[in-house]
Amino acid sequence: MLYAILCYDSEEVVGAWSAETETAVMARLGAVQDRLRAEGRLGPVARLMPTTAATTVRKGAEPLVLDGPFAETKEQLLGFYVVDCDSLDAAIEVAAELGRASGSAGAHEVRPLMVYRPGQVEPS
Amino acid sequence: MTDLAWIDAALASARPRAVAALLRYFRDMDLAEEAYQEACLRALARWPEQGAPRDPAAWLILVGRNSGIDAVRKAARTEALPPEDQLSDLDDAEAGLADRLDEGQYRDDILRLLFVCCHPDLPATGAIALALRIVSGLTVPQIARAFLVGEKAMEQRITRAKARIADGGVPFETPGPIERAERLGAVAAMVYLIFNEGYSASGAEAGAREPLCREAIRLGRLLLRLFPSEPEIQALTALMLLQHARSAARLDGEGQVVLLEDQDRSRWDGAMIAEGLALLDKAMRHRRPGPYQVQAAIAALHARAKTAADTDWAGIERLYATLERMQPSPVVTLNRAVALGRLSGPEAALDLIAPLGERLDGYFYYHGARGAFLDQLGRAEEARAAFGRAIGLAGSAAEAAYIRQQLDRLSQPK
Repeated sequence: MLYAILCYDSEEVVGAWSAETETAVMARLGAVQDRLRAEGRLGPVARLMPTTAATTVRKGAEPLVLDGPFAETKEQLLGFYVVDCDSLDAAIEVAAELGRASGSAGAHEVRPLMVYRPGQVEPS
Repeated sequence: MTDLAWIDAALASARPRAVAALLRYFRDMDLAEEAYQEACLRALARWPEQGAPRDPAAWLILVGRNSGIDAVRKAARTEALPPEDQLSDLDDAEAGLADRLDEGQYRDDILRLLFVCCHPDLPATGAIALALRIVSGLTVPQIARAFLVGEKAMEQRITRAKARIADGGVPFETPGPIERAERLGAVAAMVYLIFNEGYSASGAEAGAREPLCREAIRLGRLLLRLFPSEPEIQALTALMLLQHARSAARLDGEGQVVLLEDQDRSRWDGAMIAEGLALLDKAMRHRRPGPYQVQAAIAALHARAKTAADTDWAGIERLYATLERMQPSPVVTLNRAVALGRLSGPEAALDLIAPLGERLDGYFYYHGARGAFLDQLGRAEEARAAFGRAIGLAGSAAEAAYIRQQLDRLSQPK
């Protein structure tokens, strides 16, 4: 079984880390990732930009584009995509297209990635 | 991170919200600050054992209000609040409080707090110092170091600023949309001033002043979270990120300024640039152009150029022309002239700045740029004269050293 592990923390606190703290934390996380990668168990790893860089696209025939992260509590995170786009407009267009295709309610949050390592893993 | 470091970070990030709400409650800056300090002391005593509350800002506001309440019982307008012993992560009282202090109220509280610091009666230096003390929570010695003045002088500056504000009366009513927009504009300008205090430093000062840049970016992000759909706030934060991304390459080993074209671009901070570009993208989607968007777009063109030679000077010249229309200023025209010089040669640049001489006669960069254009045209004698004027107007040792270099080069036989 493949598992997605989602990271939650206060971005204000994390964003206020000194360069030394940042480097130290990333080194410790990197060591865990290296081990998992050596074992062939690590898929893509991504670090998202802060929520201030996010745009939310509400699903619908005429999707509503809102600045900021997805903030509703009535809906839950059900999946994600990583898409290569030339611009925010292009990424919003992809989100809108996915929204139309899904035909259900809900929203997509479009958030640029800060770090992306593709990784490779096959479900066992 | 140790527990205490975690608590410090949580307190720092909760500070603007907490102080802003306490200011609304006590309507007095000193009382609000004291109440916040008291709440922090209790947090330091309680959180290591009990763990941090779900919403640290709400906890600090509640505890701060309780602790300061005796002093102002006469003035208090609200019902009694539960003692903080009853507040913990498991307690519903906190959730209730967090509900009452909804996002909208936080937003106006913090905007008011920042806006109070931009009081028109205050000199800019006083406003910045006050904002750093009250909103950011920097200590007086930290602020004094950043401004290169003694602690006592800084303490006095802040005390004077507070007194001015107390006399002037703080606007406590909820602002209307127009007023809110005006406040936001004034606050954005102050945040950019804080950034520039840090960014313009060079030499031995640079290290001490660098935290001002980081603080300004933090304030920009705070404003972004409160006002997620304001393109100018998005662009201001983008502008600061794009400029700060160059900081490692901006000064050489001796702390001397390295010109943009000579900077080692591999030392620019790629993550900061990417975030700045992402924010600018968001801003542009609104199709509501403004001066911060234009400036951020100029910074973005520099950031996107792989080498100095790849710089899109035509784009930069057009953007400066746009900025000139939005905010006519001889300094903007001077900047456009530099771009035009790259694009069409020094002759065209000299023509463009010719009418500015009177207004910019006391401006270092005017004479510096003029000297460079004349130099490029081979008019060495005039170039020397222009650089001579510039050196007398240099605002820092680094600026003077740069001009002296140009003069030395000009006096060498070819």
